[in-house]
Amino acid sequence: MSENPAKKPEELSRIDYQPPQKSWMDPSIDFKKKRGSWCYSGATKNVAYLDLPNPREWSPADEDWKLPENWKEIIFEGIRERMDKYRSFRLFMDICVRCGACADKCHYFIGSGDPKNMPVLRAELLRSIYRNDFTAAGKLLGKWAGGRELTVDVLKEWFYYFFQCTECRRCSVFCPYGIDTAEITMHVRELLALVGIGINWILEPVANCYRTGNHLGVPPHAFRDNIEFAADDLKDVIGIQVDAPINKKGAEILVIVPSADYFASPHYYTFLGYLALFHEIGLDYTFSAYASEGGNFGLFHSREMLKRLNAKIYAEAKRLGVKWILGCECGHMWRVVHQYMDTVNGPADFLEEPVSPITGTRFDNARSTKMVHICEFTADLIHNQKIKLDPSRNDHWKVTFHDSCNPARAMGLIEEPRYVLNNVCNYFYEMPENTIKEQTFCCGSGSGLGTDENLEMRLRGGLPRANAVKHVHEKHGVNVLSCICAIDKATLPDLLKYWIPGIEVCGIHELVGNALIMEGEERTTDLRGTPLTAGESSSDEPGEETHV
Amino acid sequence: MYDKEKIIPGIIVFLVLVTFPVWYNLAFGSGNGAPEPQIVSQNEKCVESKDYMRTQHMDLLNQWRDAVVRQGYRMYRTADGALVEMSLTNTCLQCHPNKTQFCDECHNYMAVKPYCWDCHIAPMEN
Amino acid sequence: MSAISSKRNIIIVSIAAIAVILLGIFTPLLRLIFGLLIPLTAILVFIGGIIYRVVQWAKSPEPFRITTTCGQQHSLPWIKSNRLDNPHSTWAVIGRMALEVLFFRSLFRNTKAELKSGPNLVYGSTKYLWLGALAFHWCFLVIVLRHLRFFTDPTPSFVLWLESLDGFFQIGVPILYMTDIVILAALGFLLFRRLMDAKLRYISLPADYAPLLLILAIVATGVLMRYTSAKPDIVGVKELMMGMASFHPALPSGIGWMFYLHLLLVSMLIAYFPFSKLMHMAGVFLSPTRNLANTNRVIRHINPWDYPVKVHTYQEWEHEFRDKLKSSGYELDDKS
Repeated sequence: MSENPAKKPEELSRIDYQPPQKSWMDPSIDFKKKRGSWCYSGATKNVAYLDLPNPREWSPADEDWKLPENWKEIIFEGIRERMDKYRSFRLFMDICVRCGACADKCHYFIGSGDPKNMPVLRAELLRSIYRNDFTAAGKLLGKWAGGRELTVDVLKEWFYYFFQCTECRRCSVFCPYGIDTAEITMHVRELLALVGIGINWILEPVANCYRTGNHLGVPPHAFRDNIEFAADDLKDVIGIQVDAPINKKGAEILVIVPSADYFASPHYYTFLGYLALFHEIGLDYTFSAYASEGGNFGLFHSREMLKRLNAKIYAEAKRLGVKWILGCECGHMWRVVHQYMDTVNGPADFLEEPVSPITGTRFDNARSTKMVHICEFTADLIHNQKIKLDPSRNDHWKVTFHDSCNPARAMGLIEEPRYVLNNVCNYFYEMPENTIKEQTFCCGSGSGLGTDENLEMRLRGGLPRANAVKHVHEKHGVNVLSCICAIDKATLPDLLKYWIPGIEVCGIHELVGNALIMEGEERTTDLRGTPLTAGESSSDEPGEETHV
Repeated sequence: MYDKEKIIPGIIVFLVLVTFPVWYNLAFGSGNGAPEPQIVSQNEKCVESKDYMRTQHMDLLNQWRDAVVRQGYRMYRTADGALVEMSLTNTCLQCHPNKTQFCDECHNYMAVKPYCWDCHIAPMEN
Repeated sequence: MSAISSKRNIIIVSIAAIAVILLGIFTPLLRLIFGLLIPLTAILVFIGGIIYRVVQWAKSPEPFRITTTCGQQHSLPWIKSNRLDNPHSTWAVIGRMALEVLFFRSLFRNTKAELKSGPNLVYGSTKYLWLGALAFHWCFLVIVLRHLRFFTDPTPSFVLWLESLDGFFQIGVPILYMTDIVILAALGFLLFRRLMDAKLRYISLPADYAPLLLILAIVATGVLMRYTSAKPDIVGVKELMMGMASFHPALPSGIGWMFYLHLLLVSMLIAYFPFSKLMHMAGVFLSPTRNLANTNRVIRHINPWDYPVKVHTYQEWEHEFRDKLKSSGYELDDKS
């Protein structure tokens, strides 16, 4: 993210929540004027590589999107198909009462004031078409029943607004009927994909992942280099050469990480944390170069693509003959692992029910999927006192925790990371309660929208999160935002730099790696190379610690 | 998945609830049919018209009660100009001494419990 | 016939129907139409329509377990899980659904985001919508149950009990029902809110105002009949209703026009019900984000239409990167 947005924070935060004069039923959008709010189209090579429909050169700013001649037929057929396949489709179309409880729950609405970013209206963009052509009332009364004709402008409007939803599901927490806009967004993105409308920031990682095994397109030799490089870097910090096995057959546990962990910063420090931890507890594990991605941008394209990419994890677990799978810090990866993997690619009957080889704890909550979240794993280690920790090594950090959307709202992984945090650092402060746990705000860049060309929209969407960080920064001097999501780690540093400079972003296992007392270690710095000021602050009585 | 095992019972519960009046009356109904209040008086006319009395008698009795007890008025001028005493016992019950066959007939049917008899003594009947 | 002209016809017919009632031109034929045929048709449409819609929903499966978790999951035994907001058993789901259906749990969470200068975003708890919605729905239920005294003989004791509770303060004759006051206030609030909040006004469709206005009209006619001199002959009303409930139709005369207006409005509401957003009554029970236990990693959820997809297999991958794998020291499955 190199380009700086033209607008200053003061300008961007002047938000007008007054709806415009023109009715929302008017779909027209001036894409040229709205530059900074939409993403570039999927590149022909990626669309073609994945055998997806209608590969071609086009841009959202073009008048002609080069749709297939029978595009309308394709969309209608797609709607019919989804009505038959998903109860949620018809149901969520039928039962909304437009009570407006969801309206100011969306980070994009809060940050932009655009009424079509109210979840209710975002859904109405599809609902109006459904009503017009698939319900009796709509066929009879048309506009009076809230119906709208499907036109090319409507498709363009769908593109604009359904790639302005991060599928974070915050609205569905507040909806009295549990209507989940993420579900609606997934349906519409699938419909758009049928006529070849998609964004490159999703299609390129998907194509990469399909081919090489990870979103970043790291080929196996570079993968090995990166991992070995990390082990060397870790040695520089701790003075111990750790083993980082790859594609090791017969290992007990397959470890799946999001590819950014071994490729990008600040993810990398979290990756060093894993390596240190696995070494210290003597875990018999392996990484895989074939399944070198935990994340799954297929989720942001279609359920079919999700399945195509996700298949590698179980296939590799089977090939390597591991007993179970350990999944690391990544948000949407856990949406897929927790809510889809077993259904789409299970049953994993070739694996064993996960048991921690260190503590003997049986992870009953993962007995079918056979994949455990690393925060569950580490919390269990700490609870059973299997690792020694010196939280004062993190005393230079005043930590807050950003719940990632998917672990919070599609899983309920809320207390595990907090338990770990409370054990590895002395200064942990919660952000205001309406911005954390199940009410957490998205980073504004999830669901494949973390690219550069839509930076203005991302900054707007990130305002609620940044604002909550600002609160604890001013109140407690918080200087690091910890999180368990690769997209968070990739996008929050720049977001925070824009809204509230001076805040770093880290993973939980970076802090674990710092605090971990290892046998034979010789440390003078933390994992980032910052000198440790041991003893200085560890004797201080830490102030209020948690749940402020 | 389809959740047939939950949705079908759900529909049945819905049907049972919305058809409550039908099966309740079949199973527990009195089977009495519409009430037929008996008029035993020889008088041709009540203090007001029959239609008025059917729908408004409770209001009228209430006005009488207030007029007598709170204001001390005792006489009521009927629609056709006659003066009658505003008295349940001395006026109403003179023509309708058969509380069970007259008053109760409709009141029971409608499940109404007028509080006339909290203060007034019900007429003796055979 | 275009949609617009058919709509105009509907309006003309409705106005004519109301005019007929208001003018009191009440022949036995009209009594038959407005007292029996329309209400009976409406009831049949209501029951049949709701079942049809639910079956229509039920015919599509829920292929994935997409619970929205609103609290701590059930994981390690020493971490307290939030059973009602993140259920992991059938009983916990029943509890969650009961809270949702009976007390509008999710709406209770409602907050109001405000942007103050700074910029500073603050989120205040706001319970007005929850309160208004809860008040309206509960009053509506109590009022419907109270009306059972027109449909049952003898009237069941729970109806009488509910009635005496509703009229607990014994104000006036006939005794004032609290629900009558509260439902008017709640409906007024819900309508006011829709009209006054610019965001809500912007998203509101005719289909959002229609049920509110219809129910307001129903409550208004009901209240007028009970508390003013527009009283109908309630014995006649009950005869009519009992006739319908027992399949022995009766058409008593002299009930009063206000009642027929009330009955027509109710008929309109229940006939409209299955084709409107009011179906949320049934739909809330089917909502997959609420009615599924968060047992995703414990019990495999089956997708009935699951189909095989094209994947990049390990063998294909190894073949594609063969040279690089070899030079980088990977052990290959295909040793040839």
